[in-house]
Amino acid sequence: MRRAGRAESGSGRAFGIARAAYDVDVDYRHLELPYVRSADQDVAPPAHHRVVVVGAGPVGLTLAIDLARQGVPVVVLDDDCRLSVGSRAICFAKRTLEIWDRLGVGQRMVDKGVSWNVGKVYFQDGLVYAFDLLPESGHHRPAFINLQQYYCEGYLHEAAAALPDVDMRWKNRVVAAEKRPDHVLLTVETPEGPYRLQADYVVACDGSRSPLRAMLGLESRGRVFRDRFLIADVRMSAGFPAERWFWFDPPFHRNQSVLLHMQPDNVWRIDFQLGWDADPEEAKKPGNVVPRIKALLGEDARFELEWVSVYTFACQRMERFRHGRVIFAGDAAHGVSPFGARGANSGVQDVDNLGWKLALVLAGKAPERLLDSYGAERESAADENILNSTRSTDFITPKSAVSRTFRDAVLRLASDHPFARRLVNSGRLSVPATLSQSALNTPDRDAYTGAMAPGAPAADAPVRVDGRDDWFVQRIGGGFTVMVFSDDATPAPGVAAGLRALAQGPIPIASIVVVPAGAPQRAGEAEGLPQRTGVDVPRIAVVEDAQGMLARRYDARDGTCYLLRPDQHVCARWRSLDAIAVAAALARATCNA
Amino acid sequence: MAAMLNTEANIAAPDAFYEALIDTHRDLAPEQSELVNAKLILLLANHIGDLDVLRQAMAHARAGIVPQGVAPGEES
Ligand SMILES: Cc1cc2nc3c(=O)[nH]c(=O)nc-3n(C[C@H](O)[C@H](O)[C@H](O)COP(=O)(O)OP(=O)(O)OC[C@H]3O[C@@H](n4cnc5c(N)ncnc54)[C@H](O)[C@@H]3O)c2cc1C
Repeated sequence: MRRAGRAESGSGRAFGIARAAYDVDVDYRHLELPYVRSADQDVAPPAHHRVVVVGAGPVGLTLAIDLARQGVPVVVLDDDCRLSVGSRAICFAKRTLEIWDRLGVGQRMVDKGVSWNVGKVYFQDGLVYAFDLLPESGHHRPAFINLQQYYCEGYLHEAAAALPDVDMRWKNRVVAAEKRPDHVLLTVETPEGPYRLQADYVVACDGSRSPLRAMLGLESRGRVFRDRFLIADVRMSAGFPAERWFWFDPPFHRNQSVLLHMQPDNVWRIDFQLGWDADPEEAKKPGNVVPRIKALLGEDARFELEWVSVYTFACQRMERFRHGRVIFAGDAAHGVSPFGARGANSGVQDVDNLGWKLALVLAGKAPERLLDSYGAERESAADENILNSTRSTDFITPKSAVSRTFRDAVLRLASDHPFARRLVNSGRLSVPATLSQSALNTPDRDAYTGAMAPGAPAADAPVRVDGRDDWFVQRIGGGFTVMVFSDDATPAPGVAAGLRALAQGPIPIASIVVVPAGAPQRAGEAEGLPQRTGVDVPRIAVVEDAQGMLARRYDARDGTCYLLRPDQHVCARWRSLDAIAVAAALARATCNA
Repeated sequence: MAAMLNTEANIAAPDAFYEALIDTHRDLAPEQSELVNAKLILLLANHIGDLDVLRQAMAHARAGIVPQGVAPGEES
């Protein structure tokens, strides 16, 4: 069944990975994960753990994989035994895919997911304009893929469960949390009764209603939108192209908006704005949903209703994401409107930011203060996401007569005037936050052009490693990396000595020397690429700037070097390598200065 | 320094401009006029382009007007 669906959807591009390793027939929508009794349930004083993650959604699972890969044992508690009910998040952005690549699960998501480039915007009974995203070339990952959240969670779960340092506990509901001076005490309810456990740190990834937040007497505040949306996932083999269609005020659904989006397995997401007065229970009844869909697809359309849900949303966040030993991430920490696909994407970026910091603090290599930088960096990222998604929401669902007039005026102008198309806002798709205000950044001493300022996520580019094609972003992350541009594949003795010294500090820095395409490499130099687990001592790697894009994107000359964080964000750069300056920037980026 | 909104006389033929503006709305129902005005604002705003200048214009336009309540449907 599943396999046939894949082939028809046209998403089954062949990638050179061992497909046999996956069970392609798993029905993730109905998978029941087993409750297994833990030894912790049989001990008298509560067992102690370093990190407990509450919630096995996309955010909690991503964090568990990241921590375990860094050698930090992690317990994951989830009150349920199922993956996401319904498709929920379907758009996963490039940055999220890069993070999952770093964790070894990105390729599988991309293999299964579908990409689209063409978007069409309709107003009333006509097409206003079509756009082609025409993604900039020279990036491994597309701007985003569409993939049902149950696949995303299923793949993350399989990757997490395969790691010996991840202890997954389904049907384990946290019912009480108590902050103690040197640990957090949790009470967990299971089918076999309650037990308690202690943790150095608890990361609350327990979703938008976050019971942990309530247990600590905390709130998430913001703007609640008085509007309801109906989501219908329909399975059909009809020949709709893989495009995103957005209607403002269409004849088949007057005064509201409708969105049509493709997912794998011939499943289509249709999103109807209903307005505040709609009765959610009535709206969900198939007898009411089917006519709406037929109005869109045509009377004769043949389709199967797969999932129907009615949702409302708020744009809100917690004032602070860190509360001592309890840290909030994902929907628990912040909420956005679905326009722009920022929910799951921003949550995955939260834990990308948190994972390495937590690992360093637990290893005694950085002070606890480093965890406050998680809060500061991700709170401002949340503000950016909330701002963007609020603006989209105000365009899509105007809140006053004049707002509606301007919205309609923009749409009318857009068919003839390109300037107005840029004002049409049917969701600004998730892009990663640039942490430009972060205290972990070392301010530039020299002048640069382009986007790779301290705080920016490292841009990708095609490279060659050992004669093979590869991608830059695949070669970094997990630990700190210093990237040195050099016209000569054999770094000057001073540079090589500096790089070796940096590799041997308490927080080792891996090195990547970027040379122009075709520069001769000494045999053996490209071996021993930096390990991304953070445990091995990194060595010097050499990559060729296959198309010169790295040098362009990083505004580099011979000698330019960048210090990249474990989460692949730039934190400092110089026009020439000075090991002492790099060490100082590392100290600053880890709060050891 | 940020550009300043020009509030000095800048239109060479003020009467002709004013007449054209009123003519633009001839025979239109009030809602149609609202739409035309909105389109006009958008076209002119794009021509100006500078957000600082546009913000100054918006502030001038609103100055001295006391809000008479919240539009229905405004969420809390
Ligand atoms: C209709 C819809 C469409 C969306 N579309 C998109 C999109 O296209 N792109 C995007 O990025 N995002 C989208 N989102 C948002 C996305 O689904 C969420 O942002 C994402 O699931 C948040 O992940 P999370 O891991 O933080 O929380 P969740 O996925 O909510 O996971 C929380 C987990 O915690 C568990 N839990 C709760 N309480 C306890 C407890 N007391 N003890 C133990 N476990 C507990 C829950 O069972 C759950 O498994 C959409 C959401 C909706 C509803």
